[in-house]
Formats: sequence, structure tokens, C-alpha cells
Amino acid sequence: MTSMVRKALQFGLFLLLAGVIWFSFSTPAPQQQIGQASRIFYYHIPMAWLTVVAYAVSLIFSIKFLRTKRELDDYRALWAAEIGTMFCVLATISGSLFAKVTWGVYWNWSEPRMLSIFLLLLIYGAYLALRAAIPNPERRGILGAVYSIFAFPTVPFFIFVMPRIMPSLHPTNSVVNQNLKFTMGLEVRLIFFVSLFCFTVIFFWIYFLGVKLHRLKLEHAES
Amino acid sequence: MSTISLQAAELRKEFGNLKVIKGLSFSVAAPGSLGVTGRNGSGKSTLMKLLAGIESPTGGKIILKESENEIAPENHFHYLKMVAPEMALYEMLSGYENLQFFARLADVEWSRKQADEMLARVGLAGRGEDLVGGYSSGMKQRLKYAVALLPSPKVLLLDEPTSNLDEAGKAIVKSVMAEQQKESILIVATNEAEDLKGVEQVIRLGE
Amino acid sequence: MSSKSSGWVNKATAVLVKDIRTELRTRYSLNALFMFAFTTLVVVSFSLRQAALKVDILAALYWIIIFFASMSALAGVFIKEEDTKTAQTLKLYAKPSVIYTGKLVYNIILLLLLCLLVTPLFVILMDVSVPDPLPFVVVILLGAIGLAGATTLIGAIVAKANVRGALFAVLSFPILLPLLVAAIGGTNAVLSGDGWIGAENDIKLLIAYAVIMIAISVVLFDFVWNG
Repeated sequence: MTSMVRKALQFGLFLLLAGVIWFSFSTPAPQQQIGQASRIFYYHIPMAWLTVVAYAVSLIFSIKFLRTKRELDDYRALWAAEIGTMFCVLATISGSLFAKVTWGVYWNWSEPRMLSIFLLLLIYGAYLALRAAIPNPERRGILGAVYSIFAFPTVPFFIFVMPRIMPSLHPTNSVVNQNLKFTMGLEVRLIFFVSLFCFTVIFFWIYFLGVKLHRLKLEHAES
Repeated sequence: MSTISLQAAELRKEFGNLKVIKGLSFSVAAPGSLGVTGRNGSGKSTLMKLLAGIESPTGGKIILKESENEIAPENHFHYLKMVAPEMALYEMLSGYENLQFFARLADVEWSRKQADEMLARVGLAGRGEDLVGGYSSGMKQRLKYAVALLPSPKVLLLDEPTSNLDEAGKAIVKSVMAEQQKESILIVATNEAEDLKGVEQVIRLGE
Repeated sequence: MSSKSSGWVNKATAVLVKDIRTELRTRYSLNALFMFAFTTLVVVSFSLRQAALKVDILAALYWIIIFFASMSALAGVFIKEEDTKTAQTLKLYAKPSVIYTGKLVYNIILLLLLCLLVTPLFVILMDVSVPDPLPFVVVILLGAIGLAGATTLIGAIVAKANVRGALFAVLSFPILLPLLVAAIGGTNAVLSGDGWIGAENDIKLLIAYAVIMIAISVVLFDFVWNG
């Protein structure tokens, strides 16, 4: 990718994201019952989505690392997890603020999706804590990868099984119901998907930059 | 009689930036022996751990063959046993219980009589009932030999073979080493020149 | 070959027996486990003596006690091996799956023993009425097995790290969340008198959880043990 093309794409991303921010506030609120606060939906959901995407990327490279034992693969798993942690914190905070405005409480353990994002926060935190407690780099990578893989089954459990068991505070049939069918207008859908797209691109941008930087570091160290 | 051979091919072990073993290659076949020597920190213990399979190499391979058939790494432990300072026995079990436990794991027929014979061989006759925690360091070392020799290993790895041993203990080790070399493979890592007497090839690490 | 597979069971049993024997002589984990559970139970019971406790609170309290008691002791079976340097010796004598099985069964027995002692004490001290004992016992049994199943691998991981105690709880909690939810839910349903029907979903979850976590542990344990 030439420098010109890259700069053009980055500018395009900037425009898109600026557009999202602008229109997310200028258009009517996506969910009438909740009102203005529902605008957070444009940001909170992409963040939550990326938390999961980041975990998936980290998991894939954790598995790969167990096979190849290459340090770069371990770094990929770690870096994806670090970015994921950031998005997870953002998603938790934005979700909590949203909860306060709409339901009056900052937190509610009975809400399955709150529980899910909290679970992911715990897993990320535990993963980083584990890595911090192991001095040997190879062992750190292996044990981190094992934990990452072992913790994974709890995630689908919480995302899919729990909501069936527990009553939910999340606005289900208003904007997004359980099967993620969109019952909302074209305008809202457009802004939402562009936002989702932009956030995803940002994630992969940060991810690939970090990996590239690390790879360069490794090559430099070798010479 | 099947022939066992052990070969190291371009073995490397690095801890981050610290390169402990750099491109080491050698081979030894039964009956035979190999000595490993070098100053402290030259990687002797690391090499022994790699050969035993307790640690994995950063690069290169360790090839163990029986009658020209290569044995998969996860099965190496059936053929190798080791006596080393960092490998301890169960202090809350008695000498007999340790022997029985490891015999069961190694698929070795175990009887009190055999245990007594083994204990006598390493100079621990009559101490089988005592908890290993109460043994002196020399006695613990002797029991380590008993445990390692139980399954009659095809490859015997000895790291600092005479540490903690008195003259009588050292004599026992000498006889163990001599026997092992007669039919199987013996690999010894040590700085004591005395321990290397009778060993066929010797490699120096660290230079 | 049948002789090979029976050998496998034989060896795992040898590991189990060795751990039980050692534990009976030192009583290290047993003491920690029971002392912790008992103390917590007494503190809870005493502090809440005036309160009229609803069933859902009792269910939660029970599993909180079991959870924290487990955190104080269940990693011991691996930490001991690493600290006394017997892990390296063991590596040369047994396959990882044999070692894992032996230690898993050990942890299950330990936890079942804990539940056996804590449950009657809990029922008495907290004045719990148990409408139907059988589903109650089954929920606790499954919960204990799931708990041991999930934490055995984590214990193996923690044994190779630095901070141990705190780390064990931090790593275990997220993974145990589904188990805790199902166990508390099931206990709640059973103590409320809903019996098998009320606890059905939770029991199914507990079984699925135990099976899945143990199966994955078996696969992953190789990497931890040899890493």
C-alpha cells in the first residue's frame, strides 16, 4: 500500500468517523422511550463488539503460539488482549453511564449483558495479571495462552445461555432484540453500521501498527 | 538386543537474550558414555534438562532411537532417567513408599525384597521405613539413585553425580556408572575430573 | 491395548494415593480448607443471627463459603510439587494425562469432603430447612465436582507463577462464574421447595460445565505441565 493511498484511506476514515459523531447527535434519538441517552448505542455497542473481536484475535494467536512457540505470535496475542482491555473498560464505563441515565442505577448484576462485559473485563484483567507474575518469557506466553483458551468457554455461556435464564433490563424489542434483528429506521441503521465499521477499522489499525512495531524491534535486535 | 542411540542436532537454548547453548551437536550409542563438563554457568545442567526432556530446546532436536526407530519426544521419558540436584524425592514419604510409587509409575514389578536389594545396593539398607525428610543429604542422593535405577533405564543422566556423597557413596556411584556403560548409555555432567574417569567422550561447554 | 489402559488407571491411582498419603501426614491443605470454611461459617452465622434470612441469601452464602475455602487450598496439590522440586522428578516417570487425572480426583475428593463437613454444619448453624434432601445433595455434589474440575488446571498454572494465592483467586473467579451462578441458582431452587423441576436447568448447566471444563483441562494440561 503506497503512502498516498494509505493517507487517503486514513483521511477517509477520519471523515467517516467525524460524520458518525456529527450525525449521532444531530439526528433524532434512535430510541424514543429512552430519549437522548440512547445515542450512546452508537458507541457503546461497537466498543462491546470490539472487546469480543479482540478476544477472538488474541485467542487465535494464543492457539497458534502453543503450536509455533514463536515470540511474535505470543506478542500478537498479548497486544490484541491489551487493546481489547481498553475497549472493554470503555464499554463497561459507557454501559454503566447508560444504565444510570435510563434505569437509575450504575450497575445491575441481574442484567446478563452487564454481567458478560464484566466477565470479559475479569478475564482480560486475570490474563494480564497472570502474565505479570511470570518472569520467564516462554513460560509466560504458554501459560497466558492456556488461560486465554481455558477462559473462553465461559464467554459464549454468558452471552448466549444466561439471557435465557435471567430477566433483562436491556431494551430488547425496542432497538435491538435478542436475535440482533434491527427494528429501527434506515437513518439509525446507517449511522450505527458506519460507526461499527469505523471502530473495527481503528482496532485493526492499532493492532497491525503494534505488531509491525514489535516485528521491527525483533529484527533490529537480531542485527 | 536392541540398540539405543541418543543424538543432539544443533541444539540451542536461549532465555530471552541469554544464549546458554549454541548449536551443540553430538551423538552417543549404547553401550557408551558421554561426559559434559565446563565452568559454572556454562550450561551443563541446562543441557541435562534438555536431554531429559524436562525443558524444551529453543532450536535443534534431540533424537532418541531404538534399533534405528525414532522415538517420539513425549515417550522419551520411558527410556531416560536422571539424578540431579534439582530433582527431589518425596520427603513426606518413606524410602519404601518412594520406591513403590515410582515403580508403579514406571511399570516395574515391585516387591519388598526387590526394594531391600535396591536399598542395599545404594547403601541404604534398613532405612526404607524412615521418611525421606529425615535422611541426610547424602542419603537422599543415594535414594535418588535407587529411584533412577529401578526401571533399568536405557539412558542414565547424572548431573553432579557425587554431590553430597562420602567415599563409600562415591564408590557406589562409580560402580553404577561402570554398569550402565556396559550395556546402555551413561551421560554425566560434572566438574569433578574424578567422575569422568572411564567416560568415553567428553564435551566441554562454554568455550 | 487393555493392559496399557488399565496401566493408565493404575498409575493415576498411584498419583492419587501418593497425594492422599502425603496430605494425611502433613494435613497442610486439609487444615487450611476446613479452618477457613469453618471460621467463615461461624462469622457469617454469628453476624447474621438476628436476621431472618431468605433462601436465596442462604444459597449464596453457602457457595461463598465453599468458594473462598477452595481458593485457600485447592492449588496446593501442584504448588507442593513445584516448591519441593518433585515436579521435575515426576515428569520423568509419568505422562501428563496420568498426573492430571490423579490430581483432579484428589481435588474432587478434597472438595467433596469439605462439602460433607460444611453442609450439615451450615444447615444447623444457619437454621436451614431442607424440603427435599436428594436434589439438594445432588446440586452440591455437581457444584463441587465442577469447582474442582475448573480449578485443578488453574492450580497447575499458578504453581508455575510468582504470586500464587491472590493470583489463584483472580484467575479462578471469571472461569467459575457460570458454575457459581448455576450452583447458587440450583441450591436456591432446591431450598425453596421447587425440587428437581426448579433446579433442572441449573443441574443441566452444572453437568455441562463440569464435562466441558474437565475435557478442555485434559487437553491443555500437557502445555502447562511441560511448559
